Amino acid sequence: MTGVAEGGGQGPEAGRPLLLGVRHHGPGSARAVRAALDAARPRTVLVEGPPEADALIPLAADEDMRPPVALLAHAVDEPGRSAFWPLAEFSPEWVALRWALEHGVPARFIDLPATHTLAWEAWEKEGHEEGLEKGPRPEGQHQGGGEAGSENRNGNGGASGDDDAPGAWEGVRGDPLGRLAAVAGYDDPERWWEDVVEHRSTGAKDPFAPFAAIEEAMGALREACATEAGEHGDGRDLVREAYMRIQMRAAQREFGPDGVAVVCGAWHVPALRRKVAVAADRALVKGLPKVKADLTWVPWTHRRLARAGGYGAGIDSPGWYAHLFGAPDRPVERWLTKVAVLLRAEDRMVSSAHVIEAVRLAETLAALRGRPLPGLSETSDAVRAVLCEGSDVPLALVRDRLVVGDVLGEVPAGAPAVPLQRDLDRLQRRLRLKPEADARELALDLRKDNDAERSRLLHRLRLLRIEWGDPTASPGSTGTFREAWRLRWEPELSVRTAEAGVWGTTVLAAATAKAEADAVAARGLAEVTGLAERCLLAGLPDALPTVMRVLADRAALDTDVGHLAQALPALVRSLRYGDVRGTDTRALAEVAAGLAERVFVGLPPACASLDADAADEMRRHVDAVHAAVGMLEETSTTPGRADAPAGTAAETAGGRPGAVERDGGGGRPGVFTGGDPDLGGQSRPARGGLPGAVETDRGRGRPGASTGGNEDLGGEFRAARGGLRERWRGVLRVLSGRDTVPGVIRGRTVRLLLDEGELDQGEAARLMGLALSPGTPPSDAAAWIEGFVGGGSGGGLLLMHDERLLGLVDGWLTAVPADAFTDVLPLLRRTFSAYEPGVRRTLGELVRRGPGQRGGGPGTDSGTPGFAAGLDEGRADAVLPVVRLLLGPAPGPGPGPGPGSDPGPADDDELAGVGT
Amino acid sequence: MSVSVDPTTDPTSVQPSGNEPAEALRPHAEDAFADELTALAAQDDRPRPARWKLSPWAVATYLLGGVLPDGTVISPKYVGPRRLVEVAVSTLATDRALLLLGVPGTAKTWVSEHLAAAVSGDSTLLVQGTAGTPEEAIRYGWNYAQLLAHGPSRDALVPSPVMRAMAEGATVRVEELTRIPADVQDSLITILSEKTLPIPELGQEVQAVRGFSLIATANDRDRGVNELSSALRRRFNTVVLPLPESVEAEVDIVARRVDQIGRSLDLPAAPDGIDEIRRVVTVFRELRAGVTSDGRTKVKSPSGTLSTAEAISVVTGGLALAAHFGDGVLRAGDVAAGILGAVVRDPAADRVVWQEYLEAVVRERAGWTDFYRACREVSA
Repeated sequence: MTGVAEGGGQGPEAGRPLLLGVRHHGPGSARAVRAALDAARPRTVLVEGPPEADALIPLAADEDMRPPVALLAHAVDEPGRSAFWPLAEFSPEWVALRWALEHGVPARFIDLPATHTLAWEAWEKEGHEEGLEKGPRPEGQHQGGGEAGSENRNGNGGASGDDDAPGAWEGVRGDPLGRLAAVAGYDDPERWWEDVVEHRSTGAKDPFAPFAAIEEAMGALREACATEAGEHGDGRDLVREAYMRIQMRAAQREFGPDGVAVVCGAWHVPALRRKVAVAADRALVKGLPKVKADLTWVPWTHRRLARAGGYGAGIDSPGWYAHLFGAPDRPVERWLTKVAVLLRAEDRMVSSAHVIEAVRLAETLAALRGRPLPGLSETSDAVRAVLCEGSDVPLALVRDRLVVGDVLGEVPAGAPAVPLQRDLDRLQRRLRLKPEADARELALDLRKDNDAERSRLLHRLRLLRIEWGDPTASPGSTGTFREAWRLRWEPELSVRTAEAGVWGTTVLAAATAKAEADAVAARGLAEVTGLAERCLLAGLPDALPTVMRVLADRAALDTDVGHLAQALPALVRSLRYGDVRGTDTRALAEVAAGLAERVFVGLPPACASLDADAADEMRRHVDAVHAAVGMLEETSTTPGRADAPAGTAAETAGGRPGAVERDGGGGRPGVFTGGDPDLGGQSRPARGGLPGAVETDRGRGRPGASTGGNEDLGGEFRAARGGLRERWRGVLRVLSGRDTVPGVIRGRTVRLLLDEGELDQGEAARLMGLALSPGTPPSDAAAWIEGFVGGGSGGGLLLMHDERLLGLVDGWLTAVPADAFTDVLPLLRRTFSAYEPGVRRTLGELVRRGPGQRGGGPGTDSGTPGFAAGLDEGRADAVLPVVRLLLGPAPGPGPGPGPGSDPGPADDDELAGVGT
Repeated sequence: MSVSVDPTTDPTSVQPSGNEPAEALRPHAEDAFADELTALAAQDDRPRPARWKLSPWAVATYLLGGVLPDGTVISPKYVGPRRLVEVAVSTLATDRALLLLGVPGTAKTWVSEHLAAAVSGDSTLLVQGTAGTPEEAIRYGWNYAQLLAHGPSRDALVPSPVMRAMAEGATVRVEELTRIPADVQDSLITILSEKTLPIPELGQEVQAVRGFSLIATANDRDRGVNELSSALRRRFNTVVLPLPESVEAEVDIVARRVDQIGRSLDLPAAPDGIDEIRRVVTVFRELRAGVTSDGRTKVKSPSGTLSTAEAISVVTGGLALAAHFGDGVLRAGDVAAGILGAVVRDPAADRVVWQEYLEAVVRERAGWTDFYRACREVSA
C-alpha cells in the first residue's frame, strides 16, 4: 500500500495508465475521480464516450453550459436513429472533463465511435453477428429509448459503470454487482454500492485505494463470469474494449506511459488492464459497419436522468445524488433541512424540532439496518414518519421536487444543430413547404396525400409550440377535409425547434412525446379532450393510448357532470374527424362511450335543486349530450349519415341514399391507402390497422350494412354501444318524471323523448298537462314550456301542428293569475320571441281561432297525430310544379307521400341544427 | 390488568386440571410467545437501550419473524412491509412516542402489544381511549378513603398506567388515542416533551426513567374522532399500517375470519363461498384503491373506509342470509345488500360512486352478470 499512497498505485509510478473505474452517475465516484486526478495530475484524461465528440469537449467549459446535458449522436440521414450519453454535474465523466479543461490538459473520448454504434444494429440484422441480446443502443429514439430500456434493466448493475454507454451487460451474465452485494448481505445492489463506495468520503485517505479495490473486485468478478458462461460473450463489449485499448495506447505514446488517466465504467477496468496484442485488437475493430453520424450537446433534465422518464440514465434519485455531491458536509442534516423548506413552502407546518427528530430517526434506522450512513431510504422513512405524519402524499412531493428534482440543463448557443431541426428541414423539402418570413395563406385538401401530410406536420409543430402555421377558418367550405393555414416562419421558431429537441429527434417522435407529457400534466378534463383532438389532427397514433388513458382517468375522477358533458361533444367530434382521416379511433370510441356512461349515471343527481342559471346551463348540457349520443351511435352504426356534412353535392343529385354512402365510404379511405411513407419516415403501428379501418368503412358504407357490419372486428363493440341510446332515453325518462328536476330540464327531456319517438304525443300532452296543472307554480310551468318548445329548437312548428299541445299552453296561460303573470312574462317572451315571424303569426292565428277547430286527434287515416285528417288536395297540388322542376322531367315514384310527411323531415333538420 | 394471568404460572403450559387457575381466554403476548422472547434474549448480542429487554434488531426480528443462529424459529407476528416495523422500533429507540395509524383491522393494536412485549417484556400497561376517558387515566387519581383519612400523600395517589411506565422505564400503550377528548389528550404533551409528570397537590413530580416510551394507536378515517392538536402531533413519529397488499392475502384473511366467526355463530359452512368472498374483496379493494384490479380503469372512491373488517362483516351477514333464508350457498344476492350498505355511507355522493362503478366496471366484467343483477336489484 505504500507504493499506492506515494504516487498513484499501479498508476503512473508503475508506468501504467491510471485507470479509474467508476459507476456512472455515482456522486461518490465523481468525488473520488476528482481526488485521484488532483493527486495524480495526468497529462491527459481519457473518458468513455464517443470520440467524435472530442471537438465538443471545450464547450463543456462554456459558462452557458449547465449540466445535466447529454451528448447526442444521431445518424445524419436518419435523425430518428440516435443515442444519448447523459452527463449530470455529479457524473464522474463530467467531473473528469471539467478537471481536464480547468487544468489545461487535453481530454478525449475513447469509446467506440458513434459512427459504428449507430450502424451496429442494422448491421446485426443483416446477420453479421450472432444476435446480441443486448438492446441495441443507437435506437434510443425508436421505442421510447432502447437507452431507457437497458438503463432500467441495468439500474442495479449500473454500478458496474456500464449503464449509459453502448453495450451494457446481459441478464445471463447476471448482475455482477448484485452478486457482489449479495455476498455482502445486501438485497439491493444499489445500496451496497452506495455504502461501500459512495458513502465513503475519500477524505484524508489514499485517493487511489477505492479504485484499486474496485479493480480487484471487478477482475475477480469478470473471471467468475468468464468461467461460468464460457467465453462470455457480449461481442459489443469486446470490440469496445479493444477500441479503448487502442486509443489508450495511442495516448500513452503521445503523453508517456504514465501520463494518462482513464475514466470508464468499472466493468471495463480489468479488460483495459489486460495485455492484449495490438494486432488482435485491430482485428476486432476492423470492418465495423459505419453510418454518417453527427454529435451535439443537448440540454437534459433530472427527470430524464431518473428511471421514470424516457431516455433515463437508470438512476432513481438524481436530486439526491446532486445533493450528496454538492453538500460539503452533513449531507443528512442538509437534506432534511431542504425537505423542511420545501414542505413549509407548501404550507405544511414543519419546525426545526421536526427536522432534529427526523435526523435522529434516520440515524437510528441506519444503525438498525447496519448502514454506515443514512441513505435515501432511511431519510425518506424518517421524513414520512416525522415530517409527513405517516402520509405518502407529501412524501410524493418531496420525491418529485427534491429526490428527482426539477433541474434543467443548458447548452450554449454554439452547440451544433439538433437533429430535430434536420428532420424538419428534410420534411420541409419533401413536402415543398418553404419556411418564409412573410405570412402566406395555404389551403389544404386533406384528400390529397401531400396536403394531408402537410397538415399533419403543421399540427405536430403546433403541439411542439413551434407555431409556424396558424389555422384559419377556411373560406367558402365547411367540409372537414379542407383546412386553411396562415404560415409565417419567424426567427425565434428556430430557437423553439432547438428547445423542442429535448422531446425527440424527429418531428413525429417529439410531437408524440410532447403530447404524452402534456396529457399527463393537463389540469382539466377539457384540456385532455382538446389534446386528443389535436393528436388525431396531427396523426399521432402512438400518443393516443396515453392521452386516452389520462382522459379516462380524469373522467373517472371528475365529479362535475358539467365537465363530463362538455368533454363528450368534443370527443365525439374528434371521433368523426378521426373517421375522416382514417385514424384508428377504436380506443377513442371506447373512451367516449365510457364517458357517456358516466354522464348517464351522474346526470340525474346533478339535476336536482338547481337555480335558474344552473338549470339553464344543465339544459344545454343535456342538449349537448343528446346530440353527442346521437352522433356517437351514428359513427358506429350508420356512417352514411355521419358523413353527410362532409359529403359532396352528389348527395342531393344522387337521390338514392345507398349510392351516396358508397361514394362517401369508398372515397375517403382511398386518400390514405395511397399515402406514402409517414412523415417521420418510421412505420407507425396505425398503418397496419389502416386497411382494417378501410374495410370497416366500406362494409358500413354498403347499403344494408347495418346488419352486415357486425361481422367485422368492431361489430361486437358497436353492438354493445348500440344500447347507449337506449340507456340515454332511460335517463331522459327519469329526468322527465322527477319533481326535483327544474322545469326547464324536464320540459327539454320530454321534448327530446318526443322527437326520438319514445313518447307518443298523447303521453307528451299528459306530461305537459301535469307540468302546467294549477298546482305548479307559474314560474316553474313557464320554465317547463321554455324547455319544451324554447331555445330555437323548432318548438314553434310543433305547437303549430299539434293543437292539443297548443291548447294546453293556451289554457294554462289564460289561467295564470294576474299577479303571477308579470313574473312569467319575461320567460315566456324569451321563449316565444325566438320563433320566426311566420311561425309566430300562424300561432297567433291559431290561438285566435280557438282550440278544437281542426278537430282530428290520433287514429285518423293520415297517421300523424296532430295533423289534419286528410290531405288538403289543393295545397298539395300547388307544390307539384316546383317539385317537378327540382327533380327533372321524369319524376320517379317518389313524391307521392311527400306532402303528408313533409313537416316531419323539416322538423328533423331543425333539430339537427340545434345539436351541432 | 384485572384479568392478567398469575405470573407464577406459564399459561402456555397450563393444563385445565387440578387446582391451577383456569387458562386465560387470550394470554398476553409476552406469555404466549415467552419462549421466543427468551431465545431471542439469550442470543441477542447487540447493544440494548436502557431497560430494553432486547436490542432493536431483535425486536424487529421478533415482529417480522426469522431463524436464529441456533435454529430457533421466530414466528412472524406482523406480515407487512419490513420498513414499517424498522421505523417503529427505531422510533422507540430514539425515546420518541410512536403513533400507529390505520383503518380498523390493520393490526394496530396487535403490533403495539407485541412491540411493548418485546421492548419492555410487559404489554399490560394500557390506557383504553374512549370518549369518556378521564384525565385520571393518563395522569393519576386519588384513593379517596386514604385521602380523607390521611390527607394528600403518595399513598393516597392512584397512579395511572402512564405514570407507572414512567417510574419503571417501561412501555405504555394508549389505544384509540383520537377517541379521547382533546383536553385529556393534551395532558400527554408535558409527559412526552418534558418526560415528567408534575403532582402539584404534593409539590412533587414523577420523572420518566430511561426506557420509558409510549405507543398510541389511532384510526384517522373514522367520524367523530378528536383530531390531535399539532403540539401533541409533533411529539409522535407516525407509522401508517397499510391494508393487505394483495387480493390473495386479503381473501385469505377474510375467509379465515369469516370461518371463525361463522363457527362461533353456528352458521352452516358454505361450500362455494370462496368465490363470493373473492368478489366482495375485489369490489372493496377496487373502490378503496380507486382503480380496477387490472389497473386499467379508475373509479371514484366512496366516503366509507371499506376496510377488511367491513368485508368480513359483509360476508358474515351474507352467510347468515344464505343459511337462514337462502339455499345455504353464499350467492351474489346474499352479499349485494351488505356491500351496498358498506359502500353507500353518504346517500348522495356515494350512490353515484356506486352506480358508476356498477355500470362502468361490474357490468362489463365476464362472469359477474349475477352479481351485477343482484346489485342493480338492491340499488334500485
